Amino acid sequence: MRDVAILGIGMTKFGELWDHSFREIGIEAGFQALVDGKLGSHDLGGLYLGNMASGAFLEQEHIAPLILDYAGLAGHHLPAIRVEAGGASGAMALHEGYLAVASGAYDFVVVGGAEKMTDVSDTEAARIVDATADTEWELVFGATLPSLWAMVARKHMHEYGTRREDLAALPVHDHQMASKNPLAHFRNKVTLDQVVNSGMVADPLGLLDCAPLSDGAAAVLLGPLEGARKYTDTPVKIAASQVACDTMALHHRRDLTTMDSTVFAGKRAFSQARRKPSDVQVAEIDDAYSIGGLVALEDLGFVAKGEGGVAMRDGRFFGKGPTQINTSGGLKAQGRPFGAVGVAQVVELVRQLRGEAKERQVAGAQVGLAHNVGGTGATSVVTVLERMN
Amino acid sequence: MTIARFWRETPRRYNLGGSRCSVCTTVYFPPRTVCPTCTAHRQSLGKMEPFQLSGEGEVVTFSIVHEPAEGFEMQVPYALAIVKAVEGPLLTGQVVNVVPEEVKIGLKVHATFRKLREEGAAGVIHYGYKFAPKEEAGTGPRAGREAEPAPTPALSPDPSRARA
Ligand SMILES: [Zn+2]
Repeated sequence: MRDVAILGIGMTKFGELWDHSFREIGIEAGFQALVDGKLGSHDLGGLYLGNMASGAFLEQEHIAPLILDYAGLAGHHLPAIRVEAGGASGAMALHEGYLAVASGAYDFVVVGGAEKMTDVSDTEAARIVDATADTEWELVFGATLPSLWAMVARKHMHEYGTRREDLAALPVHDHQMASKNPLAHFRNKVTLDQVVNSGMVADPLGLLDCAPLSDGAAAVLLGPLEGARKYTDTPVKIAASQVACDTMALHHRRDLTTMDSTVFAGKRAFSQARRKPSDVQVAEIDDAYSIGGLVALEDLGFVAKGEGGVAMRDGRFFGKGPTQINTSGGLKAQGRPFGAVGVAQVVELVRQLRGEAKERQVAGAQVGLAHNVGGTGATSVVTVLERMN
Repeated sequence: MTIARFWRETPRRYNLGGSRCSVCTTVYFPPRTVCPTCTAHRQSLGKMEPFQLSGEGEVVTFSIVHEPAEGFEMQVPYALAIVKAVEGPLLTGQVVNVVPEEVKIGLKVHATFRKLREEGAAGVIHYGYKFAPKEEAGTGPRAGREAEPAPTPALSPDPSRARA
């Protein structure tokens, strides 16, 4: 296996993009990545596209060749491959693209992630995304994604004394960061009181504990690290890309407050990158639900099990410690176009590692980590990136 | 959910029919064809036996749902819980016969058979298990909307599942 670098990045605005079609946003992000990486499309080896549910949202399947076609590349007859892993579809597509380049099968690939979620009603969209949990043994009985994560939160509060306000601290931070991110879905700041008192979705989680449904696309151009400087001044190496899975239903997990998929993907990723949590300056953590971000920090080893609540209270990951999280605004405030999320996380890390994150820049960022989850943790993908000086 | 897909699982949803690995005796719900505990040696293949849960258990965690799943709009707010059955497996289900505020971790419950939801304009009604506090078994006042018990199952229970 050879080393793989990110040579280019691209991303559309996230939000309710009513005047843009799925194909438009997919192409926009992809071309930005190609242009940023200074690669002619004739040198491209293939396309990997992370997408959760275009069939349910748009009544359109088989979207990888569709995007390739409307990017003007049908005549090149490149392989175009769709990847689905629920909310982790984007990071999983990156994993597949990474493996393809690392193995030598392809030299240059674009990894895109795209989702168009606001063409259907909110009720319909909720039904579609809930299906990333176990339809037969969770949803049939009245469960929803937020209510399943709420049960993780309740258990965490019971076991470790985590407070309602500790959960709320993450959305507050996310909105603060997103206010500096022109591509974010939400640019407004929110207070702890506003989060705690936001309309109840599934007790103890309120509306502001939950990421929105967004439209959006993101893309990266991958190529061999060797020779990468031909395409970019600051290659960012993919130091690790690891996937781990677990039981489909939350109730079958070994421990209801630990996502073992995150534990295993994280351990494997740190091992592959020969890094430890304290080496990471910037991390994009999947906080589709505030409690999810909190337990992920524990499960990745950034804090001990049970101490996530205290860490949130103290602002340890909001600029007061060695690792700063969700400079993009996270899923909560940058937005959550499912299949695009995992790619967008990596786009933000590349901005940080290149020193191009402007107002959001974390000084001296060398190592970044992205964490992306499907369902209630049946899939986790952890990616470690490293700036090449 | 399509009718066929729902009714296929009806015996399990009605009778809490799970399975037990005859190699290591671990009980599973819903039933499995391979035992995750002994999977490494493939010993359990063909050795999983039907096993019916008693329906007795305890709330391990819960949420009060205000933004409902489709088909549950008439029931909000409702308590959703993960229940650990006395035989070992954990299940997700609603807790009824109790005001949501009184649901607690550690609450002893038993399974009860109810209408789960009505689906779409066609009004297809799904039935299955919910949980009720144990001390009120069959006698306590039922919360208004939960008052309607499920009818006799259309599919008769498979006697082989009743071995527990
Ligand atoms: Zn076994």
